[in-house]
Amino acid sequence: MSGEVSRRLSAGAVMERTTGKWLRSDAGQGWLTISPPFVYALLLLAGPILVIIANSFWTQDYLTIDRTFTLKNYREALTEPIYRDLLFRSLFVSVAVSIVTVVLAYPVAWFVSFHGGKYKGIWLFIITVPFWSGYLLRILSWKVILGFNGVLNTGLQYLHIISEPLSSLLYNVNAVIITLAHSWAAFAILPLFVSLEKVDRTLLEAAADLGDGPVRRFMRITLPLTMPGIIAALMIVMIPTVGDYVTPKLVGGKDGVMIANAIQAQFGKAANWPLGAALAVSTMIIVGMLSGAMVLLLLGLKRLLR
Amino acid sequence: MANMIEINGVEKHYGSFRALGPVSTGIAEGEFFSLLGPSGCGKTTLLRLIGGFDEPTLGSISIGGADMSGMPANLRPTNMVFQSYAIFPHLNVSENVAYGLKRQRLGREEERRRVDEALAQVELTGLGPRMGNQLSGGQRQRVALARALVMRPKVLLLDEPLSALDKKLREQMQVELRHLQRQIGITFVLVTHDQYEALAMSDRIAVMFGGEISQTATPKDIYQSPSSRQVADFLGGMNFLTAQEVRTAGGQFSADLPGIGKVAGKLTSAGTTGASPVIGIRPERLRIVWEGESADPVINGKVADRHYFGEVTNLAVEIEGQEKALSVVETNDFGADDIPIGSPVRLTYDRDAFVYMPS
Repeated sequence: MSGEVSRRLSAGAVMERTTGKWLRSDAGQGWLTISPPFVYALLLLAGPILVIIANSFWTQDYLTIDRTFTLKNYREALTEPIYRDLLFRSLFVSVAVSIVTVVLAYPVAWFVSFHGGKYKGIWLFIITVPFWSGYLLRILSWKVILGFNGVLNTGLQYLHIISEPLSSLLYNVNAVIITLAHSWAAFAILPLFVSLEKVDRTLLEAAADLGDGPVRRFMRITLPLTMPGIIAALMIVMIPTVGDYVTPKLVGGKDGVMIANAIQAQFGKAANWPLGAALAVSTMIIVGMLSGAMVLLLLGLKRLLR
Repeated sequence: MANMIEINGVEKHYGSFRALGPVSTGIAEGEFFSLLGPSGCGKTTLLRLIGGFDEPTLGSISIGGADMSGMPANLRPTNMVFQSYAIFPHLNVSENVAYGLKRQRLGREEERRRVDEALAQVELTGLGPRMGNQLSGGQRQRVALARALVMRPKVLLLDEPLSALDKKLREQMQVELRHLQRQIGITFVLVTHDQYEALAMSDRIAVMFGGEISQTATPKDIYQSPSSRQVADFLGGMNFLTAQEVRTAGGQFSADLPGIGKVAGKLTSAGTTGASPVIGIRPERLRIVWEGESADPVINGKVADRHYFGEVTNLAVEIEGQEKALSVVETNDFGADDIPIGSPVRLTYDRDAFVYMPS
């Protein structure tokens, strides 16, 4: 009896000693440091995604959910013309927005990095100023700018460029693209700025020495060397844009509706979580594939720039 | 021979600070010309002005008879080997070397031939597919050289190309660079702060201090008859002597050196008399007179300090009448490394060993 107790005690002591040792090791310290955010991420990120994936294989049966496995939702999500159209439009909008954003952000980032001098910090600070106001406020201000009696229309009329207000500015896909491109600008400028900062200026001098003028230097040195920044900026803008449903709702009109609006409807008014989940998962996978394709395309493009 | 590069009264100002100049000099075609000086003396600034990376504030530079004012680097007949080598990290060795050829549209075959030729010139044959960021320091240096040479420039500019290499490799590259320059016969302009590098490689050296050229001459002339105390001090060791009654006449100088005696010598270059002249002697021109030897002239002194350098020993010898102890470099064949500090020693010298510096 007493032998049993002492044996248990010593086993416990050994365990305690080994755990204590492990906790003090580098690996143990590392795990200890990341465990709170890891648990947090698991609960708030992986958890909901698993719930969504599970839901996508179930069926809504009026007020309850039938938990038998089915692929019916995916069939509907992928074959129903309305969802297909919405998905294509979303992908088109997100690709367009990300390209427009990066094309507009690149010169800004380039200017700050190459000609910002000692005011770089101030320039970056100014770029973040619009983000002090709320997301909705920024969208609504675009409504003011693009509207029928908005700033742009009255301005163009005042300058006698147009005689009647353009109704094509607001409540369509263009409005969604313009608004989103502005919303995401800073998120594109920052990674581009970082990658431009890393370009060794001597390389540009070497290119000049070897006969290249400013345009060729940019195409052959700056652009390929900042490709990681361009890819990061495109992804940062494109991926969340697919899921945006506030902007299309506010400025998109009936032509600007995107897949996220349909997903939101299924989780909301239509009360069909499984179908909404299947739409969400399909969108996620397709966006993932599209991102991968875009990265490969850009890396191929980089090989051509030499 | 006509000068390949003419530099006329060139100055470079940054705000109110004059970083360079006024500098005027000519560099001959096929010459290996070095700009030597301590850091901050303006040598790199001058090289960048020749290469077209900066514009001079005043003055003009012409290359091959053509005025280069306002002409950017990409249009000049010069190529540069950068101090950091500036190898394009996203391209492999062949693509780096072919970079400047691309816009000449030589055709694939000709371009490859030229690249292979350049790589062979710098002994990098077979390294073509290696990426720019997978090279050792020495290899990067060679790629940078090949990339510039493949352009067949009229002038090759080298900005401290060897300073990042270790001693052994640096000495090997000095020999190779010199050999390569003789072989292809184009003008090389080298910037360096390493006196031995400049002496070993150059046809002529321009020694720069404080943004101006102090002296331009062949390595031998610069070493043997430096134009000033500053130049002499920068290139090797020099004993600056306490002197009385320094006189110059008819291409000759004479002086009375306390503790040493009356010395005389030739004024080496014309018009080099100065208001505050200095007399000096290189440490290796002073020799120890060993016991049993006889010599004339002889200086009596006392060993104050001793430093062992392997093949030679550096002795500091105190001489009555001289303010500073004389530095003497002696080979170790006769036991200079064993002379006890504090012991008396006799020195001798060749009568033409003294150097007259105008300032």
